[in-house]
Amino acid sequence: MVGLLLLCVALAVLPLLAILGTLVVKGASSINLAFFTQLPKPPGEAGGGVVHAIVGTLLMVGTAALIGMPVGIAAGILTAEWQGSRLAIVTRFIADVLNGTPSIVVGVFAWTWIVATQKHFSGFAGSAALAVLMIPMVLRTTEEMVKLVPNSLREAALALGFPRWRTTLLVVVRSGLPGIVTGSLLAVARIAGETAPLLFTALGSQYLNVNLNRPMAALPLVVFTYGLGPYEDWHRLAWATSLVLILVVLVLSIAARFATRRRFDAPR
Amino acid sequence: MPPAEAPPRVRTRNVTAWYGKNAAVRDVSLDFSPNQVHALIGPSGCGKTTFLRCLNRMHEEIPGAHADGLVLLDGEDIYARQVDLRRLRRRVGMVFQKPTVFPTMSIFDNVAAGLRSNGRLDRRTLTSRVERALQVAALWDEVKDRLRGSATALSGGQQQRLCIARTVAPEPEVVLLDEPTASLDPQGTQRIEELLFQLKQRFTIIIVTHNMQQAARVSDTTSFFYLGELIETGPTRRMFTAPEQEKTEAYITGRFG
Repeated sequence: MVGLLLLCVALAVLPLLAILGTLVVKGASSINLAFFTQLPKPPGEAGGGVVHAIVGTLLMVGTAALIGMPVGIAAGILTAEWQGSRLAIVTRFIADVLNGTPSIVVGVFAWTWIVATQKHFSGFAGSAALAVLMIPMVLRTTEEMVKLVPNSLREAALALGFPRWRTTLLVVVRSGLPGIVTGSLLAVARIAGETAPLLFTALGSQYLNVNLNRPMAALPLVVFTYGLGPYEDWHRLAWATSLVLILVVLVLSIAARFATRRRFDAPR
Repeated sequence: MPPAEAPPRVRTRNVTAWYGKNAAVRDVSLDFSPNQVHALIGPSGCGKTTFLRCLNRMHEEIPGAHADGLVLLDGEDIYARQVDLRRLRRRVGMVFQKPTVFPTMSIFDNVAAGLRSNGRLDRRTLTSRVERALQVAALWDEVKDRLRGSATALSGGQQQRLCIARTVAPEPEVVLLDEPTASLDPQGTQRIEELLFQLKQRFTIIIVTHNMQQAARVSDTTSFFYLGELIETGPTRRMFTAPEQEKTEAYITGRFG
């Protein structure tokens, strides 16, 4: 029985190790200073980098987080603090449906509403699609974290004469903050790797571009286009980019772990 | 001991407290004199805590709950429409059954929490009032060197005294205690009981307890509740030696409850 369990554990852990191993073997050799500072070279020339995609991903994911986090956190607090209200029940249901919506569908939606009406692809359309994906994730984790705060703390604050909003912000949200930050960072990590919604919105680009109103490159898009391309050099860049993407997710997850550490150590 | 004719600080008339369509407390009329400890006793579920929570209007924070009747604080109806709930709760403080320190705040910030929500205070006033509150709660000597430290690192008894400090810091007139020693060990319990003698010099104390020895030790008057009704009230000594009601006698002699 224990052997079976250990086998299952190994099967669960193996893919991550295999992925990391493959990426390091195939991609690590292409990662150098040029990879982070240069644009891709024309086909046939060796070297070059993906600085345009790094900048694009940072800008688009950053903008998506700026939209998605406040909206998700605020909505999460609402659904948790007014648990039984019809508004909370409907919001929760919609968030669950949205959470299960395939990301490519969100991409098509953003294409219809933003790209098609503006008549051009843009980084902002990509951000909007990513924000839509992020909101339900942030909402649900925020809600769970706020619900974990014991009701006795709420009562204590109310009995001290705190107004309700102050109770919510200073006691309830502050007690649940580490979890909310963790959830938000994990949501950022999730959307940083999304490819499908960006295909319809940001499109990708060969150039360094910081204008969100124009087509923009992104790390997952580089993996997609270069990985499918016919050139060996492109493949190497795609492997290296995959490795960087995984590392970004890893770093964000570790940062999330640190954020969970409380200001004070837990009671002994 | 103040003269017997000191006007009651809190008066209740026909207070009935509801959970939905269920009356948990029926028609309770009681007076609470200043600078005394009043104990509310009775078996579990007799409505004593619910009644206590009517006195600072915390009862109505429970979904579906409300209360009828009259509660007067210094002659003012606390259920009147123009009453500011926040001000009322600063005048009538409350300590709960389990210590409820705010885990994200330091010891200092816990005590200062109620003071800060009261409006801005300059640093020096704030510091001195926090110190005073901790002294009133007999906690100062134990925490004066770690005011910036974690409040959750304190022992259960210390946490409860911290909650008392937090409650008395805004200088309320009435302090409600809902079984404040229920989660403490005998030593912690004893310290809180000793503290009550100090607290009653400054505040009107109303304490819910289902420990009859505790009521006998600490209180000046005792009220016995049973099945949501007030059965009998009187000076503690008389209640425990010569109760007038048969039910009271049965309860304090341990025949039920």
